[in-house]
Amino acid sequence: MEATHFSLAGALSALEEGLISAVELTEAHLKAIEAVNPQINAFITVTAEAALAAARAADDRRAQGEAGPLNGIPLAIKDLFCTQGVRTTAGSRILGDFVPPYESTVTKNLLRDGAVFLGKANLDEFAMGSSNETSAFGGVQNPWRRRDNQGVALVPGGSSGGSAAAVAARLALGATATDTGGSIRQPAAFCGIVGIKPTYGRCSRWGIVAFASSLDQAGPIARTVEDSAILLRSMAGHDPKDSTSAEREVPDFAAACHRSVKGLRIGVPAEYRLDAMPAEIQALWDQGIAWLKAEGARIVPISLPHTKYALPTYYIVAPAEASSNLARYDGVRFGMRVPGEDLKDLYERTRAAGFGAEVKRRIMIGTYVLSAGYYDAYYVKAQQVRALIRRDFETAFADCDAILTPSTPSAAFASGDKQDDPIAMYLNDVFTVTANLSGLPAMSIPAGLDAQGLPLGLQVIGRGFDEETVFTVGAAIERAAGFSALPQVMA
Amino acid sequence: MSLDAATIRRVANLARLRVEDDEVPRLQAELNGILGWIEQLQAVDTTGVEAMSGGGDAILPLRPDVVTDGGQAEAVLANAPDRAGVFFAVPKVVE
Amino acid sequence: MTYVLDGATGPWEVVIGLEVHAQVTSESKLFSGAATAFGAEPNSQVSFVDAGFPGMLPVINAECVAQAVRTGAGLKAEINLWSRFDRKNYFYADLPQGYQISQFEFPIVGKGVLEIELADGTRKDIGITRLHLEQDAGKSLHDQHATKSYIDLNRSGVALMEIVSEPDMRSPEEAGAYLTKLRQILRYLGTCDGNMEQGSLRADVNVSVRKSGEEFRTRCEVKNVNSIRYVMQAVEAEAKRQIEVWEAGEKVTQETRLFDTTRGMTRSMRSKEDAHDYRYFPDPDLPPLVLDEGWVEELRAALPELPDARRARYVQDFGLSPYDAHVLVLEKETAAFYEEVAQGRDPKQAANWVMGDFFAALNRTGKAITESPVSAKNLGALLDLIADSTLSGKLAKEVFEAMVETGETPGAIVEARGLRQVTDTGAIEAAVDAMLAANADKVAQYHAGKATLFGFFVGQTMKSMQGRGNPALVNDVLKRKLGA
Ligand SMILES: [Mg+2]
Ligand SMILES: [Zn+2]
Repeated sequence: MEATHFSLAGALSALEEGLISAVELTEAHLKAIEAVNPQINAFITVTAEAALAAARAADDRRAQGEAGPLNGIPLAIKDLFCTQGVRTTAGSRILGDFVPPYESTVTKNLLRDGAVFLGKANLDEFAMGSSNETSAFGGVQNPWRRRDNQGVALVPGGSSGGSAAAVAARLALGATATDTGGSIRQPAAFCGIVGIKPTYGRCSRWGIVAFASSLDQAGPIARTVEDSAILLRSMAGHDPKDSTSAEREVPDFAAACHRSVKGLRIGVPAEYRLDAMPAEIQALWDQGIAWLKAEGARIVPISLPHTKYALPTYYIVAPAEASSNLARYDGVRFGMRVPGEDLKDLYERTRAAGFGAEVKRRIMIGTYVLSAGYYDAYYVKAQQVRALIRRDFETAFADCDAILTPSTPSAAFASGDKQDDPIAMYLNDVFTVTANLSGLPAMSIPAGLDAQGLPLGLQVIGRGFDEETVFTVGAAIERAAGFSALPQVMA
Repeated sequence: MSLDAATIRRVANLARLRVEDDEVPRLQAELNGILGWIEQLQAVDTTGVEAMSGGGDAILPLRPDVVTDGGQAEAVLANAPDRAGVFFAVPKVVE
Repeated sequence: MTYVLDGATGPWEVVIGLEVHAQVTSESKLFSGAATAFGAEPNSQVSFVDAGFPGMLPVINAECVAQAVRTGAGLKAEINLWSRFDRKNYFYADLPQGYQISQFEFPIVGKGVLEIELADGTRKDIGITRLHLEQDAGKSLHDQHATKSYIDLNRSGVALMEIVSEPDMRSPEEAGAYLTKLRQILRYLGTCDGNMEQGSLRADVNVSVRKSGEEFRTRCEVKNVNSIRYVMQAVEAEAKRQIEVWEAGEKVTQETRLFDTTRGMTRSMRSKEDAHDYRYFPDPDLPPLVLDEGWVEELRAALPELPDARRARYVQDFGLSPYDAHVLVLEKETAAFYEEVAQGRDPKQAANWVMGDFFAALNRTGKAITESPVSAKNLGALLDLIADSTLSGKLAKEVFEAMVETGETPGAIVEARGLRQVTDTGAIEAAVDAMLAANADKVAQYHAGKATLFGFFVGQTMKSMQGRGNPALVNDVLKRKLGA
């Protein structure tokens, strides 16, 4: 078996049994990156030497009986996580050659547990996008191809498109990612892999370049539900450096993958049945419902009446926070600078040249909705609707233990397809964004293929801090679906 | 609410984004498109609904008053596009 | 007496409100663990949070919260158990995050009151609108380079309390008295060192003028005035400028101005010309600040005695004059010194010594009370030596001067210099006898009726005893010997 085709859990056993060394595993992935990355552009930075050194150290630790839970596992790190001594770009020109003098809490946790970082994964600029086409370092290609037209490049989804493409193409055993409106689940769905956005506050945001602080959450992308459970356990945990980090014990998520869904009540929200939804998506959803029923779960119809307002709400709240979070990119303390006649001119030229079109668009929207005279009509209104969306979930969770929906309204689309229509692009996140607005954990699991042979995902949404039930239901879907298709581009 | 060109310029100024004259019409069209779409929120009855702020239910954790940071001027300055010794440097500001 | 400024069109009333920024006394910053000490090397007290680096997050300092609560309690203000931090968005070179974390809609402290006292003894309540916590910005140095400004972020993120008054003041004197009193209270509370030269206390002065009986007219804000004297000067200069504007038939426009201390004038701030729109919104990095009521009550109960209460106690319990009490409580350190001297002694005598010889010695040596060579303990010991007749009043002054010079205890000085008062009647009688014998002619004149010579005999006796004779005993013996 190719070393790059292990599951993460499988690799851990192979390492433990001495079937493979961390160095061999890392070398195999570096070789895969060398071969495949030029085509799919999943990595912005590859840190081969550091990865090999880390792998050697991991092998030494294992030899001395000090192997951590991720000892020797090669991962891709979304280039939104600050990594000490390694250039961090957020997919933007404006960060220039910024080299963080600190390590984000999540990546520090992974290093503590012995992980090996292969490099920094491509993403939409400042995590703003659903197609990975807004990266200043070029788009990422989805490793999957349409059955009837292998020549058309498809997007991997976004913003964690590099993470998803790398994991799908077998360039890494897993990856870190972040999700503000669907940025873990949508690319996971498009690339036929698993991604979970945990509850807001489960993973520390410290050291992650901020997009929208009240929505941003880090989570893992991996090829199996159990792999993502293993990764999340290492990534999560209370961090006193993040005032919004939850003071909660981190459960053994992997154990939850082996529980039965028998007796669980699965909510199916009426409002997620969109008029224009492709029949394939509806069929997949029905199939998911049938699988869970067959495993002994009870299906409960539920209502989430404010669902249709979630995206417009998101496109006020997220840009508002982003407009403020991105004010620090001003060409003074780090990153690129374009000289100007005076300080104001320097700011304006630097930011105009440093930010791409989508980022500028969102900064403008965010600035506008917070400005005098519009704050109440837009920002306060959106935060009120957000409260209603959250209340919908609270009400629904009185009657069910988890909610099943499609992950996305379509399979991966072609590069350039929606670039000129921001709203069409935003609609990608129609099923995912509600979990961000209400802070709930949600996972996308590959569940089938569309007529073109492209992967489709199902989403499981859980109660706050009840990722365990999400893992239980996700693993049940995974077992039932038996998803075994492989992408066309792969190491 | 539809944005005119002057508003585009005012917002760009607040956001410190240089906008060339020929960019204004395109930005105006895009932003008006998005804002028009967002407008549907006005249909939601939010009477008496308390606005959310932040993403969770937490209350602010307090840290002890201890010096745990600083003493790293070089690291703080290392990424600066322009510096003068131990200072960051910017074009002269007139107050 | 109402303060008015006379313009060409008649008298004008001045309306003043103050926004005071008081640096919170704390070891570390409001949202980061970097130090707050004054005068450190540039950028040496900066965390990546203070420098607005990517991914950095604020975590609040409990002591800064406690200090704000203490100050609110000291200003008899409402403490809000639920408050929130908001972002005030604007771009400036020394504002690394591109926003200041402040409290806009829900401050930690609400309405309070501060009583001021004017030179003529009148008292007046000045309303406190609110007190909120916020971050300080860094410092820009504009005079180091021909074409560049230099940025030092040591102050960036230091905790400030912004204390906003109602527009209740009507004269430069009232503004001065308000700031003086506020500073006094902050120092008593230990929540701000009140050091205006170092910028620990700065005032934004809101000034408008109006004709008697009118509504408020447009106000201007004179930013960052850093001494009480300048505040008073700025009020007057800005009021006069506005009167000229109005009387020229023009309108005062609301703006931010600076006080030019060398010219004694205010001028418009060019950098603030840009129309501001701060786009306040709740900081999503910081959940609401929720205070435990019991904790607030604990802080309140532990507040030190404030100057007004202390002054009243000095008058009532110690029998001091209101003026003396006022002088002694002006500075927390003086009051503490005085109380240590007065402890278990005659409080009036203690006050006389502290305000008399002791203050004079401080003045003469140019020393602060905290660095005085004469400790409160030693001054108290000196009073004890007077009380037990070891020293006469005159000798005590001599001993005190020696204490100022050497810093030694009065006991040691008395022993070393043999300054102990002579109370031995035999020795005094011998000295009197010798003196009378040497002045037989004067004794005859005295007996002939020149009674005023008695003082001369006292003086001569004391002189022969190097001033050490107990004055009362010398008097008694003389009277007896002269058969008076
Ligand atoms: Mg102010
Ligand atoms: Zn302020």
